[in-house]
Amino acid sequence: MSLIEEIDYGTPASTSEKMITLTIDGNEVTVPEGTSIMRASMEAGIKVPKLCASDMVDAFGSCRLCLVEIEGRNGTPASCTTPAMEGLVVRTQTQRLKDIRKGVMELYISDHPLDCLTCAANGDCELQDMAGAVGLRDVRYGYEGDNHVFAKAGAVANDRWLPKDESNPYFTYDPSKCIVCSLCVRACEEVQGTYALTIEGRGFSSRVSSGAAHDNFIDSECVSCGACVQACPTATLTEKSVIEIGQPEHSKVTTCAYCGVGCSFKAEMRGEELVRMVPWKDGKANRGHSCVKGRFAYGYSTHKDRILNPMIREKISDPWREVSWDEAYKYVANEFRRIQYQYGRNSIGGITSSRCTNEETYLVQKLVRAGFGNNNVDTCARVCHSPTGYGLKQTFGTSAGTQDFDSVEHTDVVMIIGANPTDGHPVFASRLKKRLRKGAKLIIVDPRRIDLVRTPHVEASYHLPLRPGTNVAVVTSMAHVIVTEGLFDEKFIRERCDWDEFQDWAAFVSSPEHSPEAIEQISGVSPQMLREAARLFATGGNGSIYYGLGVTEHSQGSTTVMAIANLAMATGNIGREGVGVNPLRGQNNVQGSCDMGSFPHELPGYRHISDESTRDIFDKLWGVKLQDEPGLRIPNMLDAAVDGSFKGIYIQGEDILQSDPDTKHVAAGLAAMECVVVHDLFLNETANYAHVFLPGSTFLEKDGTFTNAERRINRVRKVMSPKNGYADWEVTQNLATTMGLNWNYTHPSQIMDEIAQTTPSFAGVTYDLLDREGSVQWPCNDKAPLGTPIMHIESFARGKGKFIRTEYVATDERTGPRFPLLLTTGRILSQYNVGAQTRRTDNVIWHEEDRLEIHPHDAEQRGIRDGDWVKVTSRSGETTLRALITDRVSTGVVYTTFHHPTTQANVITTDFSDWATNCPEYKVTAVQVGASNGPSDWQVRYDEQARRSRRIAPVLDAAE
Amino acid sequence: MQGARTDIAERAIGIIDQLKGKEGPLLPILHELQDEFGYVPEEALPLIAQALNISRAEVHGVFTFYHDYRDHPAGRHVLKLCRAEACQSMGAEALANTARQLLGVDWHDTTADGAVTLEPVYCLGLCACAPSAMLDGEVIGRLDIEKLEEIAAEVRL
Repeated sequence: MSLIEEIDYGTPASTSEKMITLTIDGNEVTVPEGTSIMRASMEAGIKVPKLCASDMVDAFGSCRLCLVEIEGRNGTPASCTTPAMEGLVVRTQTQRLKDIRKGVMELYISDHPLDCLTCAANGDCELQDMAGAVGLRDVRYGYEGDNHVFAKAGAVANDRWLPKDESNPYFTYDPSKCIVCSLCVRACEEVQGTYALTIEGRGFSSRVSSGAAHDNFIDSECVSCGACVQACPTATLTEKSVIEIGQPEHSKVTTCAYCGVGCSFKAEMRGEELVRMVPWKDGKANRGHSCVKGRFAYGYSTHKDRILNPMIREKISDPWREVSWDEAYKYVANEFRRIQYQYGRNSIGGITSSRCTNEETYLVQKLVRAGFGNNNVDTCARVCHSPTGYGLKQTFGTSAGTQDFDSVEHTDVVMIIGANPTDGHPVFASRLKKRLRKGAKLIIVDPRRIDLVRTPHVEASYHLPLRPGTNVAVVTSMAHVIVTEGLFDEKFIRERCDWDEFQDWAAFVSSPEHSPEAIEQISGVSPQMLREAARLFATGGNGSIYYGLGVTEHSQGSTTVMAIANLAMATGNIGREGVGVNPLRGQNNVQGSCDMGSFPHELPGYRHISDESTRDIFDKLWGVKLQDEPGLRIPNMLDAAVDGSFKGIYIQGEDILQSDPDTKHVAAGLAAMECVVVHDLFLNETANYAHVFLPGSTFLEKDGTFTNAERRINRVRKVMSPKNGYADWEVTQNLATTMGLNWNYTHPSQIMDEIAQTTPSFAGVTYDLLDREGSVQWPCNDKAPLGTPIMHIESFARGKGKFIRTEYVATDERTGPRFPLLLTTGRILSQYNVGAQTRRTDNVIWHEEDRLEIHPHDAEQRGIRDGDWVKVTSRSGETTLRALITDRVSTGVVYTTFHHPTTQANVITTDFSDWATNCPEYKVTAVQVGASNGPSDWQVRYDEQARRSRRIAPVLDAAE
Repeated sequence: MQGARTDIAERAIGIIDQLKGKEGPLLPILHELQDEFGYVPEEALPLIAQALNISRAEVHGVFTFYHDYRDHPAGRHVLKLCRAEACQSMGAEALANTARQLLGVDWHDTTADGAVTLEPVYCLGLCACAPSAMLDGEVIGRLDIEKLEEIAAEVRL
C-alpha cells in the first residue's frame, strides 16, 4: 500500500482529433492539437517545473517557472500557455532556463517562511519540490526587506503581514505562506463556479482575499468545496486535519457515501486514521471535484454517538441493555420465528438501505425473500424516486437515467425541474455551471427561486415559478406548445417511437385545456414565458432534462416523470450525448438499492416477482420456493402493524420515523410491533421504537459497491476496521445463519458474483472489472462488456418509446381558508437528508436549524418577523420552527428543510402519495402559519420520549 | 429582508442601472460612483455584484487593483507627485520630502483641515518635463520648491 499519486499534466486535455508531433528534449511526442507544450512534455514523462499550473484549470502563465526554449523562436515562452505545434523543437532544460528558474525561485523564497520542518505541508509542497528541482541553494536577497512573512520587523508591526484565517472549520488560510499563484482563485471560479476568491490589490501588495474587504472565509461566498485547498501548491490553504495529524502514508480510492452523484475520492490514511478525503481525478462522476460533505464531513464515522455494541430490550420503555453479538442474533432469530409462528409467515419484513452497498442491500432482500419466506421488503427509494423507476420503465423500458454526467458537457439547453443541484448535488451543479458559462441555456421549473436562477456568471433564461403540485400541468403544457407549433422531431419519433401512440398523445396535449393560457389558472406561470421556454427547449440544440424529488414526491409523481419522458422523445432528445432524462438521485446508493430488488414486487434487475422464469433462477440458487405475489410496501407494513397483522421488522440504515411521511402514523405502526430491529450507526429516531439495535459500519469500514444516479457502479473500499466489529453485510449474514440459512460469503465480491449470475443487466460485473476500469455503468453484459454510458442509442430498451397521456389531476391536498399556504420542502448544501451524519460534523456551523422560508407579504399579514418562532399547522399535525423572511418563495408558498429531527417536518406532511408507487407527497402540504411561543406539545412529548428511549443501562461488573 | 435603502445605496443603484448595459460595465460604474461620491462607498460594491451577476469577491478584486479608486473621500484637492525613475533622477524624492513637510502629511493622507490629499504616482508620461506632478487632474511640469510652496498655499485657500 502506498499513497496514490495522480499525474498533474499542468493544463486540461485538448479534445481535438487532429494529432500533431513535436520534439521535446529529443523525444518525439504526438498529442492532440491545442495541447500545451507543458502537457505534451508531461505526456512524454518530462516534468517542466511549474507552480501556477494544474490540469484542473486553464493555463495562466504567472509563475514564470515553466519557461522553455523553442528552436527558431525568440525568448523563453511559458510552456503552459504556448500550444504545441507540428514540428516544434522544444528544450525544457538549458543553462539559460536553469538560471532564470533559479532566479525566479530565489525571489519566491525571499518572501516565504523557511519553516519547512514544522510546516503542515512538509512532504506535500510544490514550492518545496520546485526549490529542489531547480537546485536552489541560496537566497541572496535576505529577509530584512519588505515581506509578508513576519508579524514584526524588529519591534515595529509589519502591516503587510496578516494573521491566519481559521474561520472555516475544515481548513486554514495562512497568508504568510502564499505565493499568489492564483490557483485557488481559479479553482474556485473554473472548477467550483462560486467565484468566492479574488486577488486583492496589485504588485507586491496583491494577496488572496475571500469575499470583500472585511470578509474571512466563513463570511464570504465560499461553499467550502475544498477545490482551493486541493489546488494550493503550498501550506497557505491546508486541511485542519493535516495540520493536526500530519501527512498520510497510504491511500485507497473509494466512493462518497452522501448524495447520488457518487464522487470518487482517495481516502488518504495514516494507519487506520483517515487524514483527509481528496477527490480523485479519474472518478468519472466528479472528475476530481468535491463538495463540503464528501470532502470534509466524514467526522461522523468516529463520532462519540456511534453505538458499537449490540443492544436489546424487551419493551421500548426499558433502557437498552448491551449484549454480545451472538445474544443479539439469537434474540432476533427467536423473536422473528416466534412472531411468524404466532401471526403467520407474512407478519415480518425488512427495509433495505439506500446508504448501504449493493451487496448489503441484496443480502437484506435475500434474507426477507429466502429467510422470512415472504416479499415484505421495501426501501427508502419508496419515498423518493420510486416514480422515476415506474415512469421511465413505462416509457423507455429502464428504471434509470439515460446519461452519464459527462453528457452535461455537450448539452445546449438544460431544463431543471424540481431539483436544487447547487445544494443537493453540488458536484454535478459545478459541472453544469461550467457548461452554462460556456453558453448553454437554462430553464428552471421550481416554485422556489433556487440559486441557479441567478448566481454569479449563470442566469436562467426562464424560471417558471409554478405552484407546488402543478408539474404535470406545466410540463404537459410545454408539450402543447411544442406540438401545436410544430416543433417536434418527426423523424426521431417515426424511427424510434410508435407513430400512432404519438398521434394519440399529440391530440391529447394539443387540446386547448393544455394551452399555457389555460393552465395559468392552475399553475400561476405566465403563459408567454412558458411558451418561450418550450420553444427554447425544442429548438435550442441538445436538450437535457434534470429533475429531482420536486418531480417525484407528489401524488402525480409518476405522471410527471412520464410527461418529462414524453417531452424528451417528442423533441428527439434521447440516445446521444448532451440530451436525455436525468433523475438526480438523492442518496449514494438509491439507484443500487432499487436495482438490487428492494421493492416488494421486483427481484433484482427490475423483474416482476410474478415472472416464473425469474423466480425460478432464484428458487434454484437459493433452494427455496419464492412467493409469487408482491409483499407489503413500507406504508402497508405500517398500516398492517396498526391493524395487528404485522409484528416484526429488520430496518437496515434507514430512519423511517424521521424520513417517512406522517410521523405520528409511523410511530404508531412501530409502537404496535413486537420486534423492531434497527441496524444503524446511531440511535436514530426510529431506534426510539426498537427492541434490538445492531451497530452498523460506515462506508470507510467495508468493501462493496454503490451505484450512482448515472447507473455507475463504483467501488467502495475498506480503509479501516469496523469500529463495531463487523461490516453490515456480515451482520446480515450472521443474522441469516442464526435463522438457519446456509450463507457463507467471505467477501462482498462473492455477493456481486451472485448478483451477476442472476441478473442480466449486471451479468458482466465483477470486482476484477471494476478494479480494472475504475467503474462501469449498467447494463454491463456480453453486449456491453464495459458498460453503457448512454442508453437507448439505437432503440429504446423496451423497443419503441412509448408516449403516454398525462392528465393533470389536482392533488387532494388543497389550500382553503384553514390552511391557505402550500408548504414544500428541500435541502441545503451543508446538510444531508435527515442529518444523522452531517449533524455530527462541523457542518452544523452552516445550518444549525431548519427555518421556514416565507414571503414578506405572507409574513406581514401574520405579524411574523424574521427569526420569530412560528407554528406550522396542517391537517396532520403541527410543528414549530423559526421563520426566515425571503422573496425566494412566492406568496402563498412556504418552504423548509428537514435536516434536524426537532423540526419534525414530517409531522405535518400528509399521507397522500403517488398513485402508482405510493411515493409520499412531501412537496405539497396545505398549512397555516402563525406566531408561536416555542415547541409544540408533540415536539415536547417527542423529545421526552426520545430522551427516555435512548437510555443505556450501565454495564455491571461481574465482580460486583 | 432588505431594510430601507440608504441615500448612498439609492444613488449608487441609479448609477449602476444606468451603466450596467454597457459592454464591460464594471470600470465605468466604479468611475461614475467615484465621480458622484468622491470615493466608491463600500456599500455600493455588493450592489454592483448583484446587478452585474458577479461575485462580491470579483468586484473587490477589481476595485482594489486600481489605485485611483478610493474607499474613502479625499481632501478638497488631490496632489499627485511622480515618483517614477525619470522624475527620481531629477530630484523628485527631495521634492516629495519637502511636500510632505509643507503639508504635514504622509503618502495617501489628507491634511487635518481636509484641504489636500497627497498621493504618489508612478509616471505621468511627462518625463521630458520631470519632475512632474498633477493637481486635481491638471499636470504640472518642472516642479520645484517654489511651485510646491505656491501649490501648498493655494490649496489651503
